[in-house]
Order: sequence, then structure tokens, then C-alpha cells
Amino acid sequence: MRHIISLLLENEAGALARVAGLFAARGYNIEALTVAPTEDPTVSRMTIVTRGDERIIEQITKQLNKLIDVIKLLDISGADHIERELMLLKVRTHNGHDREEIKRLSDIFRGRIIDVTARSYVIEMTGDSAKLDAFLANLAPSQIIEVVRSGPTGILRGERGLHL
Amino acid sequence: MELSGAEIVVQALKDEGVEFIFGYPGGAVLHIYDALFGQEDVKHVLVRHEQGATHMADGYARATGKPGVVLATSGPGATNLVTGIATAYMDSIPMVVLTGQVPTPVIGSDAFQECDTVGITRPCVKHNFLVKDRRKLAETIKKAFHIATTGRPGPVLVDIPKDITDPNVKIPYHYPETISLRSYKPKVKGNPRQIKKAAELILQARRPMIYAGGGVILGEAATELTEFTRLLGFPITLTLMGLGGYPGTDRQFLGMLGMHGTYEANMAMHECDVLIAIGARFDDRVTGKLDEFCPYAKIIHIDVDPASIAKNVPVDVPIVGQVKPVLADLIAELKASGKKPDADALAAWWQQIERWRAVDCLRYDRESPLIKPQYVIEQLWEATRGEAYVTSDVGQHQMWVAQYYKFDRPRRWINSGGLGTMGFGMPAAIGVKLAHPDSDVICVTGEASIQMCIQELSTALQYKTPIKIVNLNNRYMGMVRQWQEFTYESRYSHSYMDTIPDFVRLAEAYGHVGMRIEKPEDVRPALDEALKMKDRLVFLDFITDRTENVYPMVEAGKAQHEMRLPPWINVDRELA
Ligand SMILES: Cc1cc2nc3c(=O)[nH]c(=O)nc-3n(C[C@H](O)[C@H](O)[C@H](O)COP(=O)(O)OP(=O)(O)OC[C@H]3O[C@@H](n4cnc5c(N)ncnc54)[C@H](O)[C@@H]3O)c2cc1C
Ligand SMILES: Cc1ncc(C[n+]2csc(CCOP(=O)(O)OP(=O)(O)O)c2C)c(N)n1
Ligand SMILES: [Mg+2]
Repeated sequence: MRHIISLLLENEAGALARVAGLFAARGYNIEALTVAPTEDPTVSRMTIVTRGDERIIEQITKQLNKLIDVIKLLDISGADHIERELMLLKVRTHNGHDREEIKRLSDIFRGRIIDVTARSYVIEMTGDSAKLDAFLANLAPSQIIEVVRSGPTGILRGERGLHL
Repeated sequence: MELSGAEIVVQALKDEGVEFIFGYPGGAVLHIYDALFGQEDVKHVLVRHEQGATHMADGYARATGKPGVVLATSGPGATNLVTGIATAYMDSIPMVVLTGQVPTPVIGSDAFQECDTVGITRPCVKHNFLVKDRRKLAETIKKAFHIATTGRPGPVLVDIPKDITDPNVKIPYHYPETISLRSYKPKVKGNPRQIKKAAELILQARRPMIYAGGGVILGEAATELTEFTRLLGFPITLTLMGLGGYPGTDRQFLGMLGMHGTYEANMAMHECDVLIAIGARFDDRVTGKLDEFCPYAKIIHIDVDPASIAKNVPVDVPIVGQVKPVLADLIAELKASGKKPDADALAAWWQQIERWRAVDCLRYDRESPLIKPQYVIEQLWEATRGEAYVTSDVGQHQMWVAQYYKFDRPRRWINSGGLGTMGFGMPAAIGVKLAHPDSDVICVTGEASIQMCIQELSTALQYKTPIKIVNLNNRYMGMVRQWQEFTYESRYSHSYMDTIPDFVRLAEAYGHVGMRIEKPEDVRPALDEALKMKDRLVFLDFITDRTENVYPMVEAGKAQHEMRLPPWINVDRELA
């Protein structure tokens, strides 16, 4: 099962290394990880996407909680939540047909073209990871110059939230 | 008060009430060493190898419950500590380790004696810090002591760059009396609903079993555990780390469980219907094959670390909290209920247990013309009236102490269980002796283990720590040889040494007394003689039967009840 774990942690040097080291040392799977400071500069918010059965996820959350730098955490995939990932994508547009086709497809997926040259577009797109996967699946590999994905972030729906 | 960084380190240790610091100097800590000079409050013990410092601090901590403190320089000083830090980490021992680091401006430049100490130790500490601002130094040291000693204890390292300790830069000093961390609030009391549930399950038990471990020692809960066990009249077993948490000479005690546990303890584990696990972590040396572990039991688990609960074995009633208050609440709950478990069922269960006990699995050949290692330990127990502090190294000798020295009190048995570190025993004994100068402190070791930190014999002389070393010299890495005998058709690949030092002369070279004992009838007189030499370290080199094995044994991949008993015991015949 895929799980999204949100953490609040001390914005200290080494905190990220502790989390990454824990996953490596205990052989847990880590699919994606994002981290940035919050409105309180002493606190960072991290989102980890991982996979495992219930027992492994339970151990992962307990072991993360045990890290001294971790203030709070929540497995948001267990509740009603919103997931978003940012993708920047550079594609080849060698002829008018390509340009038309890619523009149309990008519109359907609510992407925005944010850089244009004679031979390329840069598209910006957000959504859950499955949507970004679907967009990529519609392009031929030869059309893609590069793909940059942020990894998913997430938040609970409604009033409830993960805060200090 | 205005102090330099170096003075802050020393003053903080004083304010923390630190008695001893085990260390070794070098460039990056010279400012700190200068601040240590000429003061007597914190006594510095100069070791001969940094690994020795960690084991001494560790032994001191295990014997007192207070954190052990270590000081070493950057680079090789720090890397030499790693084995000892990992040893403490695996057994949850409170320790504060201070290391010097190259000056902040050159960190990351491959400076002389630079290594990423925080990175290297991260996986084997409870937490670590790199101090980059001298104004945070005192507070960081306070945090280190707080984290090391609370919750599930463990080692904490503070890495201090040399410029932070500059004697010429003074700042106001304030050492916080208490500290609170928003990200670290370990639980103390157990959830009352869970305690109620546990009490209900206990009262329904027909074949109960108590399985307690190192958490009872670490949590100072031997008194509560004893009261709890006696109140219920249940059988109890202890892990290697829990020995002494309940009196070893008591009838309700079935001996240690696990790989080298007694027949009765392992059988009772296998057959029980309610298992009460207390401060124990279901280690693989205890459970054996997991699928067949305690197949009939509902399990209650008390542990301060939620991550210990249901890590290896699913649990029915988890209770997160310190053993001491949780047991006190559980006792109160049981008393208040006015109920008792079914007495007839319990009597029948005890009858079954006594049949297992009658197998007498620890029986060995007492007529042998060779010195049997078990005999040495039995005699040691008698000669010290069971009251000594006993440390050990790792191997067969360690298991024989666990089986034959009956510890009645906590903190008397000091050994490396989780990491299994050869070289631990003798330095640990020095740390224990410093803490308890008037008690007998014995290090039981093997001729292979003792050589791993032998240099600390010199430290022992300097600081007048007259420990007694009982070397069970079987001219083999006995534990390795035993595995090779059982699983590699006796191909003894590199498990013996063709050259073993003359330990008597070695002890003498270090300024101590050495004795070699080759006959069974000389065992007791030698022990008595050594124990009488109150102010000398005595190295007793017992030449033992080199083919002896540790029994019972749950071999790798076997379930707990599938023990290999000694060839001279036929269980079927015994039980018939
Ligand atoms: C050669 C060799 C052979 C061995 N054979 C055996 C064997 O036959 N049998 C055996 O038992 N072991 C054996 N061991 C040791 C084994 O490897 C483990 O170290 C040991 O079983 C762990 O003991 P424990 O479960 O008591 O846990 P510990 O490592 O002592 O851990 C303590 C547990 O208690 C918790 N705790 C700590 N403080 C508190 C508190 N205040 N309140 C509540 N909970 C707390 C901790 O979170 C942890 O879960 C052997 C080791 C060696 C080297
Ligand atoms: C540092 C270290 N290296 C290797 C081992 C593996 N090991 C476990 S027991 C043992 C042999 C110990 O021999 P000895 O000290 O003579 O004790 P004996 O088993 O003979 O009593 C070895 C090599 C270990 N536990 N620690
Ligand atoms: Mg040996």
C-alpha cells in the first residue's frame, strides 16, 4: 500500500539526514520526499511517500516519531486528503503539428506553457501524481527533453490539520 | 560568570554532577583538557584506547544508573569510540560522549584529523549534535544529558569544534536546571484503560508466564517486578539483560530464556496462554523462529518505546510507559479487583513446570579431571556469596555466567547483549569498580575476548581499580568453535589461535598479580586467595576443558521449544 506521511520537524542541520538514514538503515522503501521550512522558520514540513504493509507502516511511523528532531507526524493517506505534485516538463516542438498537439494536450491537463522557443516548450503542471503520470504517458519518449518532478505534497481536507 | 567554551564544558559537567570522565587527549580537545587541569570535581580517567573509555563509561552507567561520560579528540579519537557507542546504543545505556572537531571555518575541507563524527555515529546514537555557536554550548550539553537519561536511555554525542572552546573568548555562562524539548516527550505513566485490560487478561490466565528484560533494570523496577510476581504466584523468566531484575535464587524464577535459556523457561514460554512481557524487546535470540513463538499466548507488552511494541511479534495489550509506574498501577488494579487467577489451573501449571525443571538441564560432569567452566562460575558465586558485580566479554563464558551465577539484585550483571562486543568486559569492570570501590568486581572473560582491550590493564593500575579477572581459557573462540561443531561438521576454521600469551606474565608486566589454575581442586582456593587481595588486580587464568559446549541451545532457525540438550540428558526418559 502507498502511504503519504507528513511530518513537522525541527529545522536543524542533519534532520533530513536522520530521516533518510533511518529509511536506508531499516530497509524501508522511500518513493519520494519533499521538505521545506514552514511559516515558522524553526520548523520544516516534510512529506514522505512510502510503501509497505500495515506492520511496516506502523514501524515506519514509530521509528520516525522516535527521532528527536521529529515534532509530529501523520499518515495523511488514512484520512480524506489532497495530494499535489508540481512537474516542469521540457518538450521538443520541431514542427507546427507538434506545437498544436502538445498545446492541446497540455490544456486538457490544465498545464501552462511558461517558456517558448522555436524548438521547445516548458510546461508547468500540478496535480496528483497519477495525473502527471497520465500526461507523460500521452507523450512519445522522443518528444521529452527533460522531466522535473517535485514529489508529492499533501494536506488534510477540512479544518483538521497538522500543526504545532 | 564569564567562561570560555572549554571552561563551559567543564563547568557544565560539574553542574550535572559528573564524577568521572573517561577520555584521551588530542589536538581538537586540548583547550578542554587545559580547563580540566588542576580541578578535582570531575575526575578524569586516562584510558589507553578510546574504545576502553566508552566501555568504562558504559560499565559505570550500568552499575549506577547514572550516565557515563566520555571525552575524545576528533578524527581517529572519534572513530575509535564507535564500537563502544554502538554497544551502549544496542543495550539502551545512558551515555554522553564529547568529541573535539576541527575548527568551524575548516569543517568540510578534509582538514587534519577531520572526520564527519556526527555522520559516522548517527545510526548508533539516540541523538547527536554539532555545536556551531558557543552561546548554545551549555544548553546543548544539558540537552544531551536530558535525552541520554530519559525515556528509553541511550548514548548522545556532542561534537565540539576547536574554535568553540577557544580560551580567549569568554561569554556569560548559564546552565539550565531543567530543559524541555517540544519534539521529545517520552511517556511515563501507562494508559489506565490499557492497564485495566491487562489486569483482566491476567486474571483469566490459566498458564501465565512473565518475561522481563533489561527495561526492568534500566527503569529501576526490580522491587515492583518482585512484588507483582509474588502477588500473582506466576512463573517468571528473564532475558540476558534482565538478570537480577528478579531474585535468581527464588523458586518462581525459571532461569534465563532464549537461545541458551533453560529447558523449563523455554517450554513454559511455548506452552503459556498469557504472556506478560515487561521491558523486553522480543530479540531474535529470545524468540527463535518467529512463526512458532508462543503459539497459544495472548500477549501483554509494557515498554517505554512504542517502536519496541509489535516490532517482531503482534501484541494484544500494548502499554507504553515506564515499567516502574506501570507495574505499580497494575498491582493496584489487581489488588482493587479483589480477584485472583484460577488457583487450580495455576497449581496444575506449576506441576507441569516442575516436571520440566526436573530435567535439570544445566547438569554437567562434576567428576571430570579437567576444570569445567561451569564449576568455576558456581564456585565464584559461592566465594562472592552471589553479591559481586560481574562483567563479562562475549562468548561461551558469558553464557555460563548467565546460567550459573544467580543474580539476586539488579545492576550486578554487566554484559554486552545486543551488539555482543568482545573487549567490553575488562574496561567495563574498571568503570564499575570506580563506582563501587568497596565491592567485589569480577570480569569473566575468554582468552580471545580479553585480548581485544588488554591495554586497559595499565589504566587499572593507574587508577587503583583492583578488579579480579576470571579467564576461562579454553584455547578456542569457544562460541565460534561450538557453532562450527554443530553446523559445520567440526571444521574449526580460524576459531583458535596458535599463539596465546602467557597471561600470568602479561598481568605481571602490567604491574598486577597473575595466577594459572589447572586442576579442579585448585579452583576454589585460587578464587578465595584472589578475593582476599583487596588492593591488587588479580588475573586468574583457568585452563578449562576446551571441548565444553553451552547447553541448552536453540539453534538458528529452530523454535523456542526445540532445544538441543546436552548429549548426557535424554528428555523423553527424564519426563517419562
Ligand atoms: C553470545 C550471546 C548469546 C545470547 N543469548 C541470549 C539468550 O539465550 N537469551 C537472551 O535473553 N538473550 C541472549 N542474548 C542477548 C540478546 O542478544 C539481547 O541483547 C537480549 O535478549 C535483549 O534483552 P531485552 O529483551 O531484555 O532487551 P534490552 O536490550 O535490555 O532492551 C530493553 C527494552 O526495555 C525497554 N525499556 C528500557 N527502559 C525502560 C523503562 N524504564 N520502562 C519500560 N521499558 C523500558 C526498551 O525500550 C527495550 O525495548 C545473547 C547475546 C549474546 C552476545
Ligand atoms: C568484536 C567481536 N568480534 C567478533 C565477535 C564474534 N564472536 C563471538 S564469540 C567469539 C569467541 C569468543 O572467544 P573467547 O573470548 O575465548 O570466549 P569463549 O567463547 O571461548 O568463552 C567471537 C569471535 C564478537 N562477538 N565481537
Ligand atoms: Mg575461549
